Amino acid sequence: MSDTTPNGIHTRGLNLWYGKFLALKNVDVDIKHGLITSLIGPSGCGKTTLLRCFNRINERFSYVRTEGKIEILGKNIYDPDVSLLELRKSVGMVFQRPNPLPISVYENIVFGLRVHTPGLRLKKSLLDEAVEQALTEVRLWKDLKNRLKTRATSLQLEQQQKLCIARLLPLKPRIILMDEPCSSLDVEGTRAIEELMFNLRGNYTIVIVTHNMAQARRASDECIFMLLGEVKEHTRTEELFLNPQNPKTAEYIEGRYG
Amino acid sequence: MADRTAIAAPFTQTAFGRRKERYQRIAQWVFLGMALAMIIPLVSIVAFLIYRAAPSLNWNFLVDIPRHGMRDGGIWPALVGTFYLVGISLAVAAPIGVLAAIYLNEYAGDNWFNRLINLAVINLAGVPSIVHALFGLGAFVYAARFGYSIISASLTLAIMTLPVIIASTREALASVPQSFREACWNVGATRWQTIKAVVLPNSISGILTGVILQVSRAAGETAPIMFTGAVFYKAVQRGDFFPYHLTDQCMALSMHLYTLATQVPDVKESVSYATAVVLLGVVLLVNAGAIALRIWMRNRKRW
Repeated sequence: MSDTTPNGIHTRGLNLWYGKFLALKNVDVDIKHGLITSLIGPSGCGKTTLLRCFNRINERFSYVRTEGKIEILGKNIYDPDVSLLELRKSVGMVFQRPNPLPISVYENIVFGLRVHTPGLRLKKSLLDEAVEQALTEVRLWKDLKNRLKTRATSLQLEQQQKLCIARLLPLKPRIILMDEPCSSLDVEGTRAIEELMFNLRGNYTIVIVTHNMAQARRASDECIFMLLGEVKEHTRTEELFLNPQNPKTAEYIEGRYG
Repeated sequence: MADRTAIAAPFTQTAFGRRKERYQRIAQWVFLGMALAMIIPLVSIVAFLIYRAAPSLNWNFLVDIPRHGMRDGGIWPALVGTFYLVGISLAVAAPIGVLAAIYLNEYAGDNWFNRLINLAVINLAGVPSIVHALFGLGAFVYAARFGYSIISASLTLAIMTLPVIIASTREALASVPQSFREACWNVGATRWQTIKAVVLPNSISGILTGVILQVSRAAGETAPIMFTGAVFYKAVQRGDFFPYHLTDQCMALSMHLYTLATQVPDVKESVSYATAVVLLGVVLLVNAGAIALRIWMRNRKRW
């Protein structure tokens, strides 16, 4: 049904209600595989809500109702035979505040593997390898290889956030969702996370929600502008910032509102 | 106008400023006084009790059985009876209460059924102990045919402590940051995996403290056990650790104190006071244990 690559995220006629409030209106987007796509828009425009649809974490609240389709890997994730546990294994999420578990660095990273494998089948060598690989991928291995037993919650914020990304990798996710991953970090930390996103690009589809337009501009390949629950514009990032098609987009990136 | 501001040196005290500070000092002393007023009665009660009890307080008093129609001797049967009642009631109430609280806090959504359970828990916590006693009498002694026995009395105490255990456990569970749960769910952990891996390890100290504090409450209650299984006197061996069967009636400290104070004529004054000291001592020891446990476990966790 879609003419783009089958590996991205494709929504069709997506509507979402919080109680009676319609938070997403008929959202049709095609997020391409292997790119970094940023969701921007003023507060309350539905960008976080949309992000949270992609791994169905919204549904924890009983007053949320969703309608329409989201295809990931060619499968509608709202189909009744979809297991939320398996979905979240492939679609990982990184939060605004780093939320490592209050256990060791090592245990944080293998947590996902432990959760998805019957206990006895996990060999120590396999876990060790997964930890090294994940930490190397997020550029933490050099810093932390001798501190694997330290409590993850005692690391610096930047390291914590990288660890939260590393924690997803052993599960071999296809998509990584990031909800303002840099908003609690300083300039250095932000730069490090952005660099990390570039390193991960290609292997993973990354969707990032950001309030920071400059960040969207420098750190994403494509950009989706949302307003009042609707997708107003979705195009390549340079295109959106240099030559916005929708007047609302133009006004927003000029800083007239938001 | 310009002159007056020029005359007043900067940053000096004004009349209104002095008044403000005076009120502040008065307020501080009043609050301090109230805080002291909490401690003074406790200290004076304990000091007074120990002073009056001194002639009877010794090791023999703890391990000996009452003699001369309870006017002399010790309180061993009552002490052991209290341990029986409290131990069994907690063995029943703690698992049920903790598991129920886990359900209510971690699984239950916001629907009419769970709201009903919540309402029941809150109301049960507010029921006076004498009403629990009557309930225990009807339910366990008569309807369940346990008779007047340790088992009836313990179950009655269990019913009484249950709602408070549920409430304190829920509080402990709720203090675990939601972000930990989200982190687990987001890698596809089930609720049970999340509870095992993150929620329980980080709330166990609070849960245990809540449970232990119920020991002191259960040990002190008189009405519920008086109606269901505690007796004035029971002949047991001195120093016998297992003098009772579950279907026996037993003595208990709170009940014993009541008996000495109101039912036995010409009882030596120090004997009743010493009984009170032992009861108070047991309660304070258990509470101190709970505090120590909490401090020890808090020092182990860090986030």
